[in-house]
Amino acid sequence: MDIRLYIHVPFCVKKCRYCNFTSYIYSETAANAYFDSLLQEIKLYSAALSPREKSLSSIFIGGGTPTCLPVQKLKAIINNVRESFHWLPGCEVTIEANPGTVDRQSLFELRQAGANRVSLGVQAFQDCLLDRLGRIHTTAETLEAVSAAREAGFENLNMDLIFGIPGQTGEDWLETLSGVVSLSPEHISVYGLQLEEGTPMERAVARRELQLCSEELELFMYQAAIRYLTSRGYVHYEISNFARPDRKSAHNLGYWLNQPYLGLGPGAHSYLRGERFANETTLVGYAGRLSRGEMPVAAREDGSVTVEMSETVFLGLRLLKGIDLAAFYRRFGRRIEDVYGKEIVLLKEAGLVEVAGGYLRLTSKGLPVANVVFMEFI
Amino acid sequence: MEWVKDKIRNFCIIAHIDHGKSTLADRLLEYTGALSEREMTNQVLDQMDLERERGITIKMQAVRLNYRARDGLEYQLNLIDTPGHVDFSYEVSRSLAACEGALLVVDAAQGIEAQTLANVYLALDHNLEMILIINKIDLPSAEPARVKQEIEDVIGLDTSEAVVASAKNGIGVEDILEQIVAKIPPPGGQVQAPLRALVFDSHYDSYKGVIAYIRVMEGTVSNGMQIKMMATGKEFEVNEVGIFRPALTSVGVLRTGEVGFIAASIKNVKDCRVGDTITDARQPAAVPLPGYRKVTPMVYCGLYPVDNVQYDELRDAMEKLKLNDASLIYEPETSEALGFGFRCGFLGLLHMEIVQERLEREYGLALITTAPNVVYRVTTSAGEIIEIDSPSKLPPAGKVELIEEPFVKAIVMCPKDFVGAVMELCQERRGTFSDMEYMSAGRVILTYDLPLSEIIYDFFDQLKSRTKGYASLDYELSGYRESNLVKLDIIIAGEVLDALSVIIHRDKAYSRGRQLVEKLRSLIPRHLFEIPIQSAIGNHIIARETVKAIRKNVLAKCYGGDITRKRKLLEKQKEGKKRMKQVGNVEIPQEAFMAVLSVDKK
Repeated sequence: MDIRLYIHVPFCVKKCRYCNFTSYIYSETAANAYFDSLLQEIKLYSAALSPREKSLSSIFIGGGTPTCLPVQKLKAIINNVRESFHWLPGCEVTIEANPGTVDRQSLFELRQAGANRVSLGVQAFQDCLLDRLGRIHTTAETLEAVSAAREAGFENLNMDLIFGIPGQTGEDWLETLSGVVSLSPEHISVYGLQLEEGTPMERAVARRELQLCSEELELFMYQAAIRYLTSRGYVHYEISNFARPDRKSAHNLGYWLNQPYLGLGPGAHSYLRGERFANETTLVGYAGRLSRGEMPVAAREDGSVTVEMSETVFLGLRLLKGIDLAAFYRRFGRRIEDVYGKEIVLLKEAGLVEVAGGYLRLTSKGLPVANVVFMEFI
Repeated sequence: MEWVKDKIRNFCIIAHIDHGKSTLADRLLEYTGALSEREMTNQVLDQMDLERERGITIKMQAVRLNYRARDGLEYQLNLIDTPGHVDFSYEVSRSLAACEGALLVVDAAQGIEAQTLANVYLALDHNLEMILIINKIDLPSAEPARVKQEIEDVIGLDTSEAVVASAKNGIGVEDILEQIVAKIPPPGGQVQAPLRALVFDSHYDSYKGVIAYIRVMEGTVSNGMQIKMMATGKEFEVNEVGIFRPALTSVGVLRTGEVGFIAASIKNVKDCRVGDTITDARQPAAVPLPGYRKVTPMVYCGLYPVDNVQYDELRDAMEKLKLNDASLIYEPETSEALGFGFRCGFLGLLHMEIVQERLEREYGLALITTAPNVVYRVTTSAGEIIEIDSPSKLPPAGKVELIEEPFVKAIVMCPKDFVGAVMELCQERRGTFSDMEYMSAGRVILTYDLPLSEIIYDFFDQLKSRTKGYASLDYELSGYRESNLVKLDIIIAGEVLDALSVIIHRDKAYSRGRQLVEKLRSLIPRHLFEIPIQSAIGNHIIARETVKAIRKNVLAKCYGGDITRKRKLLEKQKEGKKRMKQVGNVEIPQEAFMAVLSVDKK
């Protein structure tokens, strides 16, 4: 089976206050060491994987902020992947970029190197909210980044948005939504702010310096996004994702369909040959393992069929279309009703899920409380 | 060592919690070589994990020490450990009956505490010879002279020969041993007489059956002997006779005055009652030894498995626990909300907590404990008098003529600066002042009449916090009195939750009703639907709160392919659900059933 490739670039100009992803402040020395190690990791996998496992249907370069690396380095990474793996026709190649770290020239070079999709961390259209999140960019820079990407020839553009920011009002959110739509991106991701343990934002909330939005307001924002974006021609195809028809994220669909992927770079996660594993998160740990010629894997988790079924269900239910019941049967040799009969009956009675056209899916009532539904399958 | 009755000394130790009883016991073991230093873990006699964690003795233990005294002769000393907490005065009385003497340990800095006093009176009732020990003289705040004066004033004991000691540093240990030999009388009883041995404790061994801890009062017991339990009439053949060193050690025979154990393949817990007299089946004694005072549980509560399939396991565990804890009583009970469980009687709140913890820890059960209550005496309009140990057994208001509740005489000792605080607390708890007495050095003994039901609602915690930990409490039942009591019901999502009903004084019902629904609102997790919580007296609703419905619960982020993490977050949410009891559509956490206990805490 073809796989999806994720490359993690663990550097940022500055850490955002809500973020707990593996990311470090950019320095040239650290970036060089990372770059050498990453090429080494690509080489190791190139030798270890079968030709089919090296057939890529999508590539996603994420972070961190990939675009805080010099563009030559990014091009070299892409070229390296091209030489060591096989890109299938129509391979989606996304690079994450943050406004303030890209310009027309660098985006043009990335497009030339083979990237065909840009994912911009826009988050909000109010500078005060961007500042509260700890972002480095302004709304003006967002507009510049978008026109730079278009001029550089990117015809597939995603914008990430966050709602539920402390202090954000319903009006702020509607302004952000209309601002984004006016830029006509092909894809929009809408994430509710999640307070992560150990982040500066969590501490500020604990000290009561910041106050989270009420659940009612968050629900309003979520439902407003669904109504507004669908009325503007975007398809709501996953809990947090909207796209123009045929512009769904091929890469992320792989996660939701519980298909295999390979993650490279510090802290990257993989799901290969039925096994989930995660890389060393520290730069030193990651580089150290590779310099000794070892795979930089820090933790492995053996998959069982039970776990695989449960993950297939709770990931698949994230898609609005739902889980393809025939595909479930093909994959596991069992009907979903025979595995989760009791749970499905209960959830149907509660009006949280429904079966329609051969798919099991969340209802509009189940959508905002999806975790409660997922829990039944754990 | 050869048996010479005149060289036997049987004694126990009486002390308040933290006054150093266990440390002293350890020193005595060490000094007499019962244990090498290498074998000593701290505080050998407190065997249960729970005891060591809480620093208290619940279950008594016994040990035999051999001591060569200054007179050059060797003595057999039997130490029987006693619990120090007010809940366990019954256990104390059992061990006192097996002794001729007692060591009274008093902290040189803190002086006498209420429970020490209660136990001293028990010991004096049993005509035990008292040896006074002023412990912890190594402390900078030690005031042995003041404490001696206090003992003379309050208890009226002569303190001129009191041993000034530090069990921690081993000071005074030899003096204590010498006094034990010199002052405690050897046991009486005839070795030729028919066997009479007192069962003062027991535990269950899965290979040997019941191990009975005995004190031989008269005659001899040995391997192979046919014995008879005088209360139950059951006969058994002894297959092991031994002593505590402190590990169980076979010796084959125990004679008059000795303390040890027997095993006789006794499989049924009920056949070997603590307090019974063991005699020789072939040559039985005419009369049993004076029985112990019957245990009267003061506090009742319901115990239910969270998961109903654990009911049988719970029953087996209770049966096993009962063997080691004669004061625990229980009978099956059903609750509409909680299913099958037991109504259990305890000596007090600590006892209740300990039983619950042991069931959960030692038997791996997940339990729901309902709020504790006392036994009420109800006169029905038909003139019938019934005793109820559960609010659900209270007849409907129309059929109740009057309700009486148990009162206690409570003795509180505290420094005089806290008298106001203690009085305030007792007044809040419907107490009636009866006496105040000054001890030496600014300490006061307050006596109050209090409803027992008020004491079981965190009275002790409140007392400790309002007196900065200086006050101590003892109480004894003084009788039943009529009170203006009502039943307060809790209604969750339209259903009366019988397990949450309480009987309460009418004047307090409104505020308790309000506090309870507020507390429950904070404890019951949000569901997908709104849950009204109400409190009511009869049909009259007195308070209402609502647990709002979950509006939004969704993991939005993608976590860059970290599916494991996503699953763990869901697993964590799910795990929380497992510990809850499903009542109708509503999932209720264990703490909710104990909410009544903590509503007063600010």
